[in-house]
Amino acid sequence: MHVLGLIAYVSGFLSTALMLGIACMGLNMQWGKTGLFNVGVAGFMGIGAYTSALLTTPASAGAISSLGLPIVVGCFGAMLVAGLGSLLVGALTLRLRTDYLAITTFGAAVMIQLVLLNATRYTGGALGFAFIPRPFASIADQPTLFAVLTLVLLALIAFGVYSILEQLVHSPWGRVLRAIRDDETAAISLGKNATVYRLQAFGVGGALMGLAGALQAHLIGFIAPDDFQASLTFQIWAMLVIGGSGSNAGALLGSIVVWGIWSLTGIVTGSVFAAEDQARAAALRIVMIGVLLCVVLVRRPRGLLSER
Amino acid sequence: MDGTLAGAMIALGAIGVTLTYSVLQFSNFAHGELISIGAYITYLIAAAISAAVIGSSEALAVFSFGWNVLLAGGVAMALTGFLAWGLDWLLFARLRAKGMAITLVMASFGASMALRAMLELVFSSRPLYYTQELQIARAIGAGILVTPDQLLLVAITATLVGLLYVMWAHTALGRAMRAVSENPALAQVCGIDVPRVVRVTWYIGGALASAAGLMLGLLVQVRPQMGFEMLLPLFAAAILGGIGSVPGALCGGLIVGLSQAATVQFIGAEWRAGVAFVILLAVLLIRPNGLFGRRS
Repeated sequence: MHVLGLIAYVSGFLSTALMLGIACMGLNMQWGKTGLFNVGVAGFMGIGAYTSALLTTPASAGAISSLGLPIVVGCFGAMLVAGLGSLLVGALTLRLRTDYLAITTFGAAVMIQLVLLNATRYTGGALGFAFIPRPFASIADQPTLFAVLTLVLLALIAFGVYSILEQLVHSPWGRVLRAIRDDETAAISLGKNATVYRLQAFGVGGALMGLAGALQAHLIGFIAPDDFQASLTFQIWAMLVIGGSGSNAGALLGSIVVWGIWSLTGIVTGSVFAAEDQARAAALRIVMIGVLLCVVLVRRPRGLLSER
Repeated sequence: MDGTLAGAMIALGAIGVTLTYSVLQFSNFAHGELISIGAYITYLIAAAISAAVIGSSEALAVFSFGWNVLLAGGVAMALTGFLAWGLDWLLFARLRAKGMAITLVMASFGASMALRAMLELVFSSRPLYYTQELQIARAIGAGILVTPDQLLLVAITATLVGLLYVMWAHTALGRAMRAVSENPALAQVCGIDVPRVVRVTWYIGGALASAAGLMLGLLVQVRPQMGFEMLLPLFAAAILGGIGSVPGALCGGLIVGLSQAATVQFIGAEWRAGVAFVILLAVLLIRPNGLFGRRS
């Protein structure tokens, strides 16, 4: 039984890491491949999570939505809405200075957080959104099998996203993106419209963040505005920078490493600190990740797996 | 009046943001944390003074706080200035040396997160107050109610901004700062000590942030999140005023502050934080260089 518990735990851990890895690959499409700085990752994940939740949650007592569509529809809906949202933000700012994109995405995340909190009719407000359907819910009474099957599903999705992205990166489209990132003037002089390509990359990245958000909603079955705060954006950034920006494999590896550090330190602080100090312990973990991020930026700016 | 006051606070922070942005060419996401840190340093020093000097925390004349808070605020401005410079030395200077501009933004985002969590670690997220006294607002005509504290804070802001503007526009140091912001390489060739200008910029930014922290702490409360929540209004005000313009940041701050107050009045307090974003979008759409900005 002990072994089964461990398997369930590790599967749950890896499922979450892969879910975050998908968002991280989305960020890699924006930052690593195109050089677009998005500080609102958590906001776009939030859009995805709430979109899918609204689309898929069946009618029941206390449920906010009653559409009850299949989870697959919810995931695609999440990608569509989050992708369109990032296209909108991108269209407003991509032609301006790079820092303005960072500031605007930051603002967008604040605004999204505000809407999630205040549009109580559709989001449940601060209390959160419950009764979101989970895959394999029919076997939820067998926790180990449930966790393993969920992990297999997540791994398939993550691998699918990875393969598609690798295809894209090595396609002519991906080469143009790289050319724009490395030497914009040269790319423009070859007749490539830099803004349009950037916008496309930004939209694809946003859609992936939306997908990750939707998966988070379906993994846990419950979401709240607090799940999509700036600290989540920060974790995804740490994953990409530590894993190696520019590389999709690095993004996935970084997600597993950083989420591993996060979970392990959580176990340690959970056993060392008393219950009333847990909020402070969580702060300590963020300090650690923040310092790690800054050290990697200064010492090893290319991360663990850099772009070939 | 609340709007003017919030505007004054935002302006103090926005001037810091606009200075770092124009001289160092990057948007500093850790600026909000300088505000929080300034507020906490003020709190600690004020508490130390009131423990050392009996009666120092007794309310001064018509104000709700003692002279210990004002003195502590001054000392904290100096310390936060040094701290901002220290942060640059520790982190940003190294990245600047490698010549990766956008990495600086990311590092500042990481530093912001780490500093905020550090404050929470040390002080916990329980709010602190400089004074327990309540003030009664008095009418000053035209149906406007103010407390003496508010008037004093507006006066302090006006003095600080005035001094800064004189420095920026009329002294050799100010000229050097403007020169570096326009072209660092050229400024260096002309014999301007660029590292010194960078140091001074951080110092001023940190000191003004600390003053904003004192004001925010007096009017609301001291919390680890206080500065981070100010960040979006700061950016909105700096961009609205035009990056690199001190008068612009002041106007921008006032406009954002007044719009926030108007939102609370007419739409609802829960949407207050959204105003800055709406203003930001409007500026980026209509006039990306801001009100007082140079054409880029």
